[in-house]
Amino acid sequence: MLFGKSNKEQQNNISDKNQYYRLEGNRLFLLKELKTGQCDDLIKFIKQKLYSLQLKQLSLDMSSLEDIDSAGVITIFYISDMLAARNIEVEFKGASKSVCKKIELFRPVKKSKKDPPPDNSFLESVGEKLYLFFTSYLYEFLLLASNVSYYSIRDLFNRKSRRKGEFVNQSVLIGVNAVWIVILMSYIIGLVVALHSAGQLRDFGADIFIVDISVIGIMRQMGPLITAILVAGRSSSAIAAEIATMKVTTELDALKTMGLDPVRFVVVPKIYASLFTMPFLVLLANAFGIAGGATAAYSYLDIPPEIFASRMSEIVQNKDLLTGLVKSQVYAGIIVITGAFYGFRVERGAEGVGRVTTFAVVVSISLVILADSMLGLLFY
Amino acid sequence: MDFENIIEVRDLSASIDGIQVLSDVSFTAEKGYITAVIGGSGAGKTTVLRHLLGLYPLTRGYVSVLGRDISRLTEKEQIELYMQTGVFFQNGALLNSMTVGENVALPLVQHTDLPEPLIEEIVLMKLGLVNLEESFNLYPSQLSGGMLKRAALARAIVMDPPLLFCDEPGSGLDPLSLESLDYLIMNLKNRLGMSILIITHEIHTILRVADKIVFLQEGNSLFEGSVDDAVGSNKQELKDFFSVLDKRKHSAMKGNAQESNC
Repeated sequence: MLFGKSNKEQQNNISDKNQYYRLEGNRLFLLKELKTGQCDDLIKFIKQKLYSLQLKQLSLDMSSLEDIDSAGVITIFYISDMLAARNIEVEFKGASKSVCKKIELFRPVKKSKKDPPPDNSFLESVGEKLYLFFTSYLYEFLLLASNVSYYSIRDLFNRKSRRKGEFVNQSVLIGVNAVWIVILMSYIIGLVVALHSAGQLRDFGADIFIVDISVIGIMRQMGPLITAILVAGRSSSAIAAEIATMKVTTELDALKTMGLDPVRFVVVPKIYASLFTMPFLVLLANAFGIAGGATAAYSYLDIPPEIFASRMSEIVQNKDLLTGLVKSQVYAGIIVITGAFYGFRVERGAEGVGRVTTFAVVVSISLVILADSMLGLLFY
Repeated sequence: MDFENIIEVRDLSASIDGIQVLSDVSFTAEKGYITAVIGGSGAGKTTVLRHLLGLYPLTRGYVSVLGRDISRLTEKEQIELYMQTGVFFQNGALLNSMTVGENVALPLVQHTDLPEPLIEEIVLMKLGLVNLEESFNLYPSQLSGGMLKRAALARAIVMDPPLLFCDEPGSGLDPLSLESLDYLIMNLKNRLGMSILIITHEIHTILRVADKIVFLQEGNSLFEGSVDDAVGSNKQELKDFFSVLDKRKHSAMKGNAQESNC
């Protein structure tokens, strides 16, 4: 005779009155109750003890079973399937009316199982992803970009199509609110880059070239890039989250049914605002990045600010400034369109909003860096 | 009854993510009446509405709204059609970044050349129709559930559309708010002569407002006819749907509704 107790009971060494199953020959008696806490123990008992007995038939006697819950019912059917798979015939006996009712109520639902599609090979899977990338992602991204460009140009002088105050509102959100972080980060990065360069330059007695490195590096490369990465982190996610939430709450559908194009109504003001504010942010980033460089030059190489400024005026060309400003316009477009693209692609409610927001930030920063390398080659 | 069809759906079938959600759904909605598309959850009511609104592409069947085949509309024609229909979304779908007044004014601002003071007057009047004139400067987040619904209704009717779509207007409302919203919808029909299509599973709303019922189950249209015919129908599906109904209560409610219309 074998007795089973729940794990907790075994640990606590509770007396025999807590037994809830008993095996006698090929008869398994279920006693008192079979509830959620006992199911796991019963299944383990069957796997460990019953399999080793090599029975051909098992009679499951429920005449002493007083209560059962939904997990208990499912467990009985689960055990029955488990034993059937080992060619052990199972017979149910003696269930009371109340237990029978519960079994009827909680009977497992047969799954209408479809055969899962066969696993793709590596090449098939790569091919499928590439196909999806070109036909879905890239196509839709370019379509959105062209829609945004079309409406941006068309509505430029059409005040009626714009919501009153929306341009200012978006300019504040995208540009003005990013001012302090852009100033702080560009100053720190300007300082650190100059500091690291200073050590090398001092070894060669080329101290004054710290100005060239700081000014050209910041104006052509670091200023626009730092600004774009910061704005992408702040605004691309915000744009994606806003549009995704509007889609989830059917606000975009409402716009469509009022005859308003969501791209025109929601995205275009953001494009205007970002195209307008990004150059100013880049100018600020340039100024404070250079200030950081000047600080490093003064404190590490004893180059006074007047000498720094004088050297700067000798080396800076209009092209350096324009390069940064052109880049800022490209980055502004990338950030807004990527945010909007992921916002429109949202699926599955709140979870989807979180997912597209993350994608928007990651992809917009990646695209900014990719564009930066291409523009870097172009303006070299 | 003038049986001019304002909506006609024939053999509409649709699948979403490979799952068949509508199978050969057919019905009509007549001008000047309230047609309720009813059925339990998952019956396909919202999918039908989204097809009527052109939010889902039509893949099989025929759908015409205000006499226009929606599968053949150009973008411009679709926008023109939207101008003649109002849509009252389940959750209101007011734009959260705008005040109630701005939300209601939006279609007028975007599609008309009316001067701003006149638009404001129209908006106030529409808000007055739904007893929300005090909420002009409030944001949607400052409104209760019932007020949100009424504001959404004001926006849906701001262009005086001849056809109004209502998607589950009563969902999430307490019985009193639901009743008052139902009377508002009935007034739109009675006073403004709007044709209205309501998607709902609220039995009380159906009995209070509907002139005609289209009953959907598992993507099939099983019944099309008057409310009394639906309640008295021998079809088991309809009997099950109306099983919670006490017929005496039905008569009483219908009586009250008619009194209120007068």
